[in-house]
Amino acid sequence: MTPEWIFGLAGVLAAAAPLLIAVIGETFSERAGVVNLSVNGAMLLAAMAGFAVAVRTGSLELGFFAGVVIGALMALVVAFASLTLRQSQVAVGLVLALLGRDLAYFLGNPFMGMPGPRVGALPIPVLKDLPVLGPLLFQQSPVVYISLITVALAWVWIFRTRPGLVLRGVGERPPAAFVRGVPVTRVRYGYTVLGGALVGFAGAAYTLDLKGGWQGPISGIDGIGWIVLAITIFGGWHPVRGAFGALLFALLQWLSLVLQPRLPGIPSQVLNVAPFPLMIFALLLTNLGNTEWVQTALSRLPESSRRFALRVLHSLQVSPPAALGTVFEEE
Amino acid sequence: MKVEMRHISKSFGPVRALQDVSLTVEAGTIHGLLGENGAGKTTLMKILSGYLRPDRGEIFLDGRPVRFTSPAEGLRHGIGMLHQDPMDFPAMSVLDNFMMGHEGGFWLDRRGARRALQELARQFGFDLDPDARVDRLTVGERQQLELLRLLWRGVRVLILDEPTTGISAPQKVRLFETLRRLAGEGKTIIFVTHKLEEVEELCHRVTVLRQGHLAGEATPPYSPQRLIEMMFGRPLPMPERQPVPPGEPVLEIQNLVVGDHRLRLSRANLIVRSGEIIGLAGMEGSGQQLFMRACAGLVRPWEGSIRVRGKDLTGKPYHAFLEAGVLFVPANRLEEGLIPGLTLTEHFQLVYPNGRYLIDWEQARAEAQRRIRDFNIRGKPETVVEALSGGNQQRTLLALIRTPAHLLLLEHPTRGLDVESSMWVWRRLKERAQEGAALMVISSDLQELLQYCDRIIVFFSGRISEPIAAEELTLDRLGHMIAGRGW
Repeated sequence: MTPEWIFGLAGVLAAAAPLLIAVIGETFSERAGVVNLSVNGAMLLAAMAGFAVAVRTGSLELGFFAGVVIGALMALVVAFASLTLRQSQVAVGLVLALLGRDLAYFLGNPFMGMPGPRVGALPIPVLKDLPVLGPLLFQQSPVVYISLITVALAWVWIFRTRPGLVLRGVGERPPAAFVRGVPVTRVRYGYTVLGGALVGFAGAAYTLDLKGGWQGPISGIDGIGWIVLAITIFGGWHPVRGAFGALLFALLQWLSLVLQPRLPGIPSQVLNVAPFPLMIFALLLTNLGNTEWVQTALSRLPESSRRFALRVLHSLQVSPPAALGTVFEEE
Repeated sequence: MKVEMRHISKSFGPVRALQDVSLTVEAGTIHGLLGENGAGKTTLMKILSGYLRPDRGEIFLDGRPVRFTSPAEGLRHGIGMLHQDPMDFPAMSVLDNFMMGHEGGFWLDRRGARRALQELARQFGFDLDPDARVDRLTVGERQQLELLRLLWRGVRVLILDEPTTGISAPQKVRLFETLRRLAGEGKTIIFVTHKLEEVEELCHRVTVLRQGHLAGEATPPYSPQRLIEMMFGRPLPMPERQPVPPGEPVLEIQNLVVGDHRLRLSRANLIVRSGEIIGLAGMEGSGQQLFMRACAGLVRPWEGSIRVRGKDLTGKPYHAFLEAGVLFVPANRLEEGLIPGLTLTEHFQLVYPNGRYLIDWEQARAEAQRRIRDFNIRGKPETVVEALSGGNQQRTLLALIRTPAHLLLLEHPTRGLDVESSMWVWRRLKERAQEGAALMVISSDLQELLQYCDRIIVFFSGRISEPIAAEELTLDRLGHMIAGRGW
């Protein structure tokens, strides 16, 4: 018999799947130097639109497609405003985040609580019967498989291919990339829109897979977009580390549910909120190595332990794409 | 490849950067492009490389007209430029930098690129670790990397914009060797500089620009007098040394030990008196920056004490140093010294507040106007600092030095400045010394240290020499000492 905790962890994986996809999306656009702050609004709107389209057409594929289009369009607005009109990415993104949320609630009213199609589990033959790994990994919904594949592909793309190298260069120092013949603005457009499309897909995954249906403001999707932005930073703009961040967050949320009945002394609100400060704490840890006082303190340690401490800190340390959020003018 | 630029003009808004400038460079030669700051050298070269588009004028390569709309097209025609500030990716590895922008298949061929990099580095005798991060490299090494990258890309015309700024003496020797060899192999080299010695040493021919106009051309043997006249439109007087009698001790350092996570400096004892100028010599990163920052109160020393005018300031915060009359002028003009986005008037208001909460802009503007005139800054009160040329930014920094200052600490005060601006800066510094301030100056220009400083302290990978009187030193001896020989 499969122990209960394995089903719990499988649930964590399922809950993390849309997060993973959205984090990868945001990682792509931030790697190219564009902060797309509209994620929360885009996810909500895509979730609603994806569900609405799926209900009307009866097709899950069209539902996901609608989500992707919504996400890509919102990213396109951010890209156009910041790259072509040279406006602040932060301001445009924030406004879109609010706009997307309100539009989703308003337009989604007729679809609230409606029954609709839902992605089912897709057990993979043979692999599903493996002990432990089978129920954990191979009896999941296709969205989970897609999320894991997306992480792997993103890693390969960013670190193993020529376009990936260009992407990193563009986010790091656009003028230097331009000097080397890279069409910087076009590249930035491309990745921002790609990132938005992934975010849109993730949004649709909530109503079409994970939660099943659109419940308006109580769908429990609002706020996830902000977590996505935080995890992107926590992950140091690295797809695999970002994936760990998303999994950690889903795990913390699951733990807070599991622990509730066992820790009656602690108010449930505390446990509900706990994952958020824990994420902040994790963020702090990753940046510890950057601070001067830590460096100074380390420099006084004996050589051997200093080496070790430095290595640990360096492995945690992340530095954002240096040109993140900046405007670049060719010529 | 023969390069011809004919009747090039370029304006930035109301500023005419270039007016009807023509330049012809023969294949296989090293061609100097000489001029003071703001003469239009960099603009001309950015046009040739495709980074900027000219308003008027034509470019011919081997007699064929070309028109570039981006650096990508310049590169495709075999024109590569080494920018003054290395255009690389500091947070990425040497190898990634080397591959960035190189054409090739979808998959990165790291192994092939590594082999190419090592092969090229071996040919030219450069020592570059493919896995090091570029921000750990010296400016000279970053330049070597860019050079190899452009050669790998197969450029036939190589533009170098002020390549000797910020690199060490041995690196410069190596660079010049490399350029001669490349010219010998038939590459066309354009060498942008404001230093006469470099033109004399290296260039087969030189074109001089002055304020956006073509001032003339020369071939060896060069007459320095003639070149200076072309650069400035008139001859320049050379300053002479006037020793200032030293006065009271201003800075007293006892048993000072400073360090950071990279470097630990040897124990230092030093007394600097009023009217004295102390030069700190050494290769980039030998500890002189750390030492100066400790004297400025920006880095807390591990051991020892710092006294300024008799007052113990050890471990005190930066503002205590400021109150004691210590002033630090950093090398990174725009990063640490000035605030991009603020105008000259606003800068002066920050440093010389009038003591009230409301700013009288009328009066502030008049005040700024006065300082601009006093310090010979080419700009208006409402000019934002990043729009100023390097020389004028340096003048602004000097204009921002509060009076009275008892101890002035300056990092590379003349870096990137032409002869005239440098002389102006040193004249101002000398005046400060005569008024009774003590000065400490870091510079990579050994000649200038010897000429203007009273005593020189040499740094070599954390080792600190005793202060040596400048008269007892020669350029040769100093050059050996900063390389760690002859201590």
